[in-house]
Amino acid sequence: MKLSFEKSVAGREGTEIPATGVKEKKTDDLLDAKFLRKELELPELSELDVVRHFIALSRRNFGVDNGFYPLGSCTMKYNPKINEVTSSLSGFANSHPLQTEKLSQGSLQVIYELQEFLKEITGFPSYSLQPAAGAHGELTGIMIAKKYFEDLGEERKNILLPDSSHGTNPASVNMCNFNSVEIKSNERGGLGVEDLKQHVDKDTAVLMLTNPNTLGIFDENILEICKIVHDAGGLVYCDGANANAILGKSKIADMGFDITHLNLHKSFSTPHGGGGPGSGPVGVVEKLKDFLPKPVVGKKSENYFLDYNIPKSIGRMKAFYGNFSVMVRAYTYIRALGPEGMREVAENAVLNANYLKERLKKTYHLQYDRICQHEFVLSDKNLPNEVTTIDVAKRLLDLGFHAPTIYFPLIVKGAIMIEPTETEGKETLDEFAEAMEQIAKEAKEKPECVKEAPLCTPVGRLDAVKAAREPNLRWVSKE
Amino acid sequence: MNFVPSTERQKKEMMDSIGIKSIDDLFVDIPEKIRLKDDLKLPEALPEQELLGELEKISSKNADSNSHSYFIGAGSYHHYIPAAVPFLIKRSEFYTAYTPYQPEISQGMLQVIYEYQSLICILTGMDVANASVYDGASAMGEAMIMSCNITKRKKILVSKTIDPQYRETLSTYCWAHGAELNEISFVDGGVTSLEELKKEISEETAAVMVQYPNFFGCVEDLDEIGNLAHEKGALFVVAVAEPIALGILESPGKFGADIVLGEGQSFGNPMSYGGPGVGFMAVKEKYVRQIPGRLVGATEDSEGKRGYIMTMQAREQHIRREKASSNICSNEALAALANTVYLSLLGKNGLSKLAELNLQRANYLYDKLIELDEIEKVFSGKIFNEFVVKVKDVNALQKKLLDEKIVAGYDLGKDYPELKDCLLFCVTEMNSPEQIEKLIEVLK
Repeated sequence: MKLSFEKSVAGREGTEIPATGVKEKKTDDLLDAKFLRKELELPELSELDVVRHFIALSRRNFGVDNGFYPLGSCTMKYNPKINEVTSSLSGFANSHPLQTEKLSQGSLQVIYELQEFLKEITGFPSYSLQPAAGAHGELTGIMIAKKYFEDLGEERKNILLPDSSHGTNPASVNMCNFNSVEIKSNERGGLGVEDLKQHVDKDTAVLMLTNPNTLGIFDENILEICKIVHDAGGLVYCDGANANAILGKSKIADMGFDITHLNLHKSFSTPHGGGGPGSGPVGVVEKLKDFLPKPVVGKKSENYFLDYNIPKSIGRMKAFYGNFSVMVRAYTYIRALGPEGMREVAENAVLNANYLKERLKKTYHLQYDRICQHEFVLSDKNLPNEVTTIDVAKRLLDLGFHAPTIYFPLIVKGAIMIEPTETEGKETLDEFAEAMEQIAKEAKEKPECVKEAPLCTPVGRLDAVKAAREPNLRWVSKE
Repeated sequence: MNFVPSTERQKKEMMDSIGIKSIDDLFVDIPEKIRLKDDLKLPEALPEQELLGELEKISSKNADSNSHSYFIGAGSYHHYIPAAVPFLIKRSEFYTAYTPYQPEISQGMLQVIYEYQSLICILTGMDVANASVYDGASAMGEAMIMSCNITKRKKILVSKTIDPQYRETLSTYCWAHGAELNEISFVDGGVTSLEELKKEISEETAAVMVQYPNFFGCVEDLDEIGNLAHEKGALFVVAVAEPIALGILESPGKFGADIVLGEGQSFGNPMSYGGPGVGFMAVKEKYVRQIPGRLVGATEDSEGKRGYIMTMQAREQHIRREKASSNICSNEALAALANTVYLSLLGKNGLSKLAELNLQRANYLYDKLIELDEIEKVFSGKIFNEFVVKVKDVNALQKKLLDEKIVAGYDLGKDYPELKDCLLFCVTEMNSPEQIEKLIEVLK
């Protein structure tokens, strides 16, 4: 499909800009000639050209509203439409972040009450909603830990990570000048407690753990794990990416964690937007609340205010107060669900995952055969004719499904990580299972149709090596 | 409403098929003592109709651009959003998708990002742009880490004419990363002090950072600053918080910038009480392997058909883990899509005209205000759509305006003790000539 630039027609316009309506001066008098732009090669299109272009592009994209999207650890649940309506209300969308607190009581109320909801859901007494994404929340969390140890005057250099951890974990560690130390998983898919004991010492700053983890397993030793780290003076960080499985069933703070981040775009139904914007609130235990980024939103009698009085704060993580319109969506969602609905989310997400797992393990290899939480990880181990995970993923696209997360976590070779979420019905799960079973059958009987997949998409498998070796990262005018 | 479609009967069927009697059998791995016995203490569920009523009630407690006129920017800008922008970005295929991990069914978003990267390169005058980062302020933190990695130095010089919130964010990132941050003050022109910069810069400086136009609305002399940075082997980093200016101002790339970053909110995204915005980041070709974030590239399938794919991922955290220079693993795709639709609609002429409109209206008000008795000009430098004036009493003046439903001026004394009683005004195309005249009238 052509690029917008390739559709450009010299002289065409898509908008009409109003006249200035005031007494004008010569542009040259207002700006020095040296700073005046000589060329601006933007496309020249009519409004209809633009509309058709982006509608055509949208038809070459696949979202949750198109079909089943079992992308593991990403919680691709349905995004209720009411969230879009509330977040677009003029009072929210068209208000300026620097108008006075008095003129912002509605926005501040949403932020404050959302903080309160998240406190109740996770058990942490303090929250910051400033981080813009999960990875940003994680970075914030590690900075909080860094500041805490600085404040104590302790020089702890190590952050412990399980071998099943997400790649953002070690990268966050590096950005904060810590060292990462890998801890092995045990044979049941949980953290290896013995290996942990070997590595925990006076240099341990933080253990970062995802619970339920990336295998979809709730670590049954969680209380002991947190105790081991605490006994050595360290902190335990929860990557809350998988909180969907435990909403209303267990509180992250009760497990012994000191810091968590949540992903509003996963557990709380805000849209993933093709890669963002998300929101990654951070919750902490009492002893860490003085280190949160500022400002947080407080309430005095009936008035909400921005609290900048956090002397030991790590500082600011981004401009203003966080991704506010994402917060409005999450707030709307929590108010739609109520307490029972919140628990039912977790119950049905876990029920759906276990139902699919039990059915698919008859056809695909399941390395950790036990009750799972929100997701489970199959592999390509038993597939014949050298059919591999990537082939299964691509064939699923032909059959009308988004592929699961693949080749992650790294501790399962050829991983196929499936998270159905609670918003899918049994018949969708059955259809997906049938597709997976069909692919396994095809792998045996006509492997080429799996290996050559996808055949029904706008493009076939793309040459990733060429893309990396001969980078073509932008359109360049031929003139 | 829990949005769960399974009926009780279906749930029973699924439980039978798994071989469990109760849902709680699925949660046995959670130690008994931390399993919740009671439901959470949250407000009771609301049906959609009542929920909307409730949110409407809350939102109406805010002032907004319907109830008030805004003469304030300072990092968040009130611009007109053409009707086609929200219409197109609300397409389900875009907004309910995730990062395009499966390129064959994500060509739409991938091509959008490729076009977005191209537009950012054109506007900034740079060679390579990434798929976007969180916002302008955090982009500055990313640029700092990138500069330290490239130069193997750890000292950053940042102009005080950069948005205070950007500098605060940068300061957080610097502290965590172990980089030293020093500020360069400004001169009467409202721009960075070249004298002080000359004094402070050394062979240990990793980067010199300025804003264009700067926080006071003034246009910095990028040429001079860039030369000073390069003489010492430091990277020249330019931040753009109000990118509408790039419709009329020469691109930072033309003045030798090594990294250009900024905030794209102005291009088709509402102010939304400060977020989400969308950070853009563009660099010279030679730094392509050091840029953080996603990159989308063009390639081909086996039949030679052009397609787009996330590429050069060897830079990123999921491959390099602790060796990655950033942990960023997403972008602000939907806001970047809004940027792309917006810039495609405005096009070459539209963006230039819009920038000219902002320039003219802001300068008109600037001239009129400093003619008034109790209002003084502060800086001699030329401005784009923001300017600084000194008033007798900031609070009294703002209150007087508020009584007339005008939100005007950012109080600079909060961030700059030396600029007590100074207000930063902003004028965009949303400030009609009538609004402008009314403001002048109120202050007369």
